[in-house]
Amino acid sequence: MIEIENVRKSFGPLEVLKGIDLTVQKGEVLTIIGGSGSGKSTLLTCINGLEPIDSGRIKVDGTEVHARGTDLNKLRTKLGIVFQQWNAFPHLTVMENVMLAPRKVLGIGKAEAAAIAEKQLSHVGLGDKLDVYPSRLSGGQQQRMAIARALAMSPGYMLFDEVTSALDPQLVGEVLDTLRMLASEGMTMICVTHEMKFAREVSDRVAFFSKGVMAEIGTPQQIFDAPQNPETAAFVKMTQN
Amino acid sequence: MFSYTFQWKQALAKLPLMLDGALVTIEIALLSMAIGIVLAVVLTGFRLSNNRFLVAITTTWVELARNTPALFQIYMAHFGVASFGVHFSPYVSLLIGITFNNAGYLSENFRGALKAIPDTQARAARSLGMSAVQAFGYVVLPQMLRIAFLPMTNQMVWAILMTSLGITVGMNFDLYGVTQDLNALTFRTFELFALAAVIFYVMTKIIQIGARLIATRLFRY
Ligand SMILES: Nc1ncnc2c1ncn2[C@@H]1O[C@H](COP(=O)(O)OP(=O)(O)OP(=O)(O)O)[C@@H](O)[C@H]1O
Ligand SMILES: [Mg+2]
Repeated sequence: MIEIENVRKSFGPLEVLKGIDLTVQKGEVLTIIGGSGSGKSTLLTCINGLEPIDSGRIKVDGTEVHARGTDLNKLRTKLGIVFQQWNAFPHLTVMENVMLAPRKVLGIGKAEAAAIAEKQLSHVGLGDKLDVYPSRLSGGQQQRMAIARALAMSPGYMLFDEVTSALDPQLVGEVLDTLRMLASEGMTMICVTHEMKFAREVSDRVAFFSKGVMAEIGTPQQIFDAPQNPETAAFVKMTQN
Repeated sequence: MFSYTFQWKQALAKLPLMLDGALVTIEIALLSMAIGIVLAVVLTGFRLSNNRFLVAITTTWVELARNTPALFQIYMAHFGVASFGVHFSPYVSLLIGITFNNAGYLSENFRGALKAIPDTQARAARSLGMSAVQAFGYVVLPQMLRIAFLPMTNQMVWAILMTSLGITVGMNFDLYGVTQDLNALTFRTFELFALAAVIFYVMTKIIQIGARLIATRLFRY
């Protein structure tokens, strides 16, 4: 379970998160939608401790992320995160990209790490690209590799930050299919996305962020068909045209 | 009139001695590169830290290494420190001088190389649970060394050539030192130094060709 309690966060004078309260249950798929600069990415990077927070609390399986003494490296092994820019490690093959963290962070042996990598890469449809360098892959393939790389750590949660936004339109589908597959397998996921159709399909709940506030949260039907907040309504209307 | 008669045989007879010297030259160049690379990584780390004292160390080092003659640097490592009662052998002084020079130049190369690697690489590594040191060592450093590989090769060539400056601090068993001593004994000046030049040339060429081979094997991406 991820518990977010009254989290505030500023960059200099700019308050980006203005008291966020949100709980994500195990097995849940939550998507976050909202305008540019509303704080969606910042919230994800606060959840895995890449960014500090100013006040409030975030707990992952009961461990407080920003508490002094929390082993962030260990905590991050439970939280897979995939960014808009996939950040393949260019000097490593696809296989080595996926094996690196299991070996160095979890201390898994080479053979076992290779088996894990092969399994995860096949899972995202890259079973035939194991020994290729990332520069030879399309954007969609690199993004799927990044997903496999995160999954190889056996995380309890996956955070996706607009993972299709930097892709050519014809490559978006293959990555969304991978996310759908994970959702159907019961992975707990928080997806920041601009793909409204996808959000409606896979989400248990959809949260709408506006200017650092979670303006509304509910089932996809509530948010997309009967939004209560006028800002949500305006945003949904705008993105559906 | 041109009255000098070439006596290549006499010079060639000294070739084994000169090749022994060349091995010492290579040894100094390799050691100065190995230590220089490590120091350069540390200096680059200092430069990137927010500590003003550490940044100042790097800045001073780099400025001195790049803007004073290598001869001065080697001289200081011998006679300069001797003024403070520290006495190094010519071999050690030469090694220190060249290493100092290497570290300064390489640190600048590394800094430039790091700029070409997006921050998101380290961020991705950290978000997989790697420590800052792991992220640097497994993700950033290999990419940095690749980008800086050609400048490193050039510095290695330069290190080989810089060993000739050891003569000024009394170094006499590297290639240049050996040649100089033989010259004093035989006065076959042209032949001996021509031979030394050829050996220097062959060494630096081998380094350049070798580096290219290593690069194609190492950097397949
Ligand atoms: N490291 C940073 N330093 C300063 N300001 C930042 C930093 N990161 C984000 N911001 C600012 O914080 C605000 C929220 O950014 P955030 O990336 O969380 O928005 P977002 O909802 O993800 O937007 P988008 O849909 O464009 O990705 C923006 O105004 C952004 O400029
Ligand atoms: Mg964002």
